[in-house]
Amino acid sequence: MILALETATTVASVAVVEEGKLRGEFFLNTTKTHSQLLMPLVDQLLRFIGRDITEMQGFAVAIGPGSFTGLRIGLATVKGMAQALGKPVLGVPTLDGLAHNVSGVSGLICPVLDARKNEVYTAVYESVGNKLKRLTDYMALSPRQLREKLGSFDRPVTLLGDAVERYQEYFADLNVRVAFQANRWPRAAQIACLAEKRLQKGDVDDLYMLAPLYIRRSEAEIRWEEKYGSLQQK
Amino acid sequence: MVEKLILGIETSCDETSAAVVADGRKIRSNIISSQIDTHRRFGGVVPEIASRKHVENIAAVIQRALEEANVTWHDLDAIAVTHGPGLVGALLVGVSAAKAMAYSLKIPLLGIHHLMGHIYAVFLEHDAVQLPLLCLVVSGGHTSLILLEGYGQMRLLGQTRDDAAGEAFDKVARALGLPYPGGPEIEKLAKEGDSAAVEFPRAWLEEGSLDFSFSGLKSAVLNYLHRARQKGEEINKHDVAASFQQAVIDVLVGKTFAAVDKLGARQLAVAGGVAANGTLKTALVREAERRGVRVLTPSPVYCTDNGAMIACAGYYALQEGRVASLDLNAVPNLPLHFLD
Ligand SMILES: [Zn+2]
Repeated sequence: MILALETATTVASVAVVEEGKLRGEFFLNTTKTHSQLLMPLVDQLLRFIGRDITEMQGFAVAIGPGSFTGLRIGLATVKGMAQALGKPVLGVPTLDGLAHNVSGVSGLICPVLDARKNEVYTAVYESVGNKLKRLTDYMALSPRQLREKLGSFDRPVTLLGDAVERYQEYFADLNVRVAFQANRWPRAAQIACLAEKRLQKGDVDDLYMLAPLYIRRSEAEIRWEEKYGSLQQK
Repeated sequence: MVEKLILGIETSCDETSAAVVADGRKIRSNIISSQIDTHRRFGGVVPEIASRKHVENIAAVIQRALEEANVTWHDLDAIAVTHGPGLVGALLVGVSAAKAMAYSLKIPLLGIHHLMGHIYAVFLEHDAVQLPLLCLVVSGGHTSLILLEGYGQMRLLGQTRDDAAGEAFDKVARALGLPYPGGPEIEKLAKEGDSAAVEFPRAWLEEGSLDFSFSGLKSAVLNYLHRARQKGEEINKHDVAASFQQAVIDVLVGKTFAAVDKLGARQLAVAGGVAANGTLKTALVREAERRGVRVLTPSPVYCTDNGAMIACAGYYALQEGRVASLDLNAVPNLPLHFLD
């Protein structure tokens, strides 16, 4: 049994999966902070499904990319539970979880999350059998760059994610479909199911090493290196 | 009686710290992972980098705190965490971890005001601390005279109307080209300077006021440096540092003992990062001895941000039944609540 958290976007979601079966999930897309929502959601979910936190065999979290603050709230929470109860942690990339919302469609799957600064966090996937295969790195791109990338595949694409509405026009002349509204958002259920598969194989993460997948460095580091050059070169 | 073991977690700025304290006094461990080296090249704390470091370090810091204290998770009676004031992204790491741990272990969670932690640091090492207790709190964010009457029961006697004393130290240090953090660097320079070399202003404000003001002093130092540079005069950094530091200390000591005399206090607590300044401490002790007043200051390690002071404040919060709920949030400008 795994408890999973997804806090990479404006969505706060928690889910429990037990031996391949999804037992319960909360999904909230509100303006209330993840910090205030997350633990009450965990507590309520466990009460509703009649489980106790100590029964969990592992704790999973969406590690990004996404909102830096949201990722840290999720990660610190999951590390706190795993450490206090001596159970494993599992980090699952947010884009992997999101792409699974439409797994099985033909053609490519491309989740796009708002990365601010007129960019999106994205990666390109395709369904192979009943699995998803990722064809690119996890990237932060301008919608224009993503358009070029998708154009170069020359295949139909299903788009989803919180940035789809905003940037849809960029992809208008490509062969794209947009996922149904209810399938567009990151969900803890996907993180839980993907993590459980890994836990069954004993493929868990190191509590001390697991870190958010930021993709981007901090602004301060970028500016510093523009001014003084890379630290690695010195 | 069975001991109460509290894990204290502090991540409000650039130190990731965790400590195990028994009964609010017996420090079993106090692990501090400082990020000073990471932030130095930027000339100050970068909030995003601080938050990243906290999430990288927190599990290992807490693990070491438990190991050094030789306790297991199940020995803990409560978890105390700083929830403000501070850098919001940094605070959120500690608050999120603490909530998850307290919930998993089914033990009380205590949300601690950072400044209450600094004040309670005095209780860690001193016996027979009597209430009400007069406290001078001096740090990068605060300069206040507070009368502590009970846990969370405080009267504000005076506070800075502009810059905090520690903030003035940091700004002057930067103008002198000293590395971050500036406070200790100024104290080091001042040791070989003449504190009477430059006449900087001291803001005493209205007759009888226990408030502080350091922005005028800060501007006077910056103007002095600017004028000297324009005239091409050589600046004696030692003298400037010593004269500036003395001006801060004169006002801190003057106001504090005005409060001591007004209240007839027999004990004086000094807390916060600037309380680690040895020159300030010597000046305060000299004044106190003339009056037979006992000065209580934490050792330097407990003046900086640390988990032990949070665990200590948590012990008293627990006794008062001030337990936090699962929606505890990080509050960057969390106010202190005062009586009246
Ligand atoms: Zn502090």
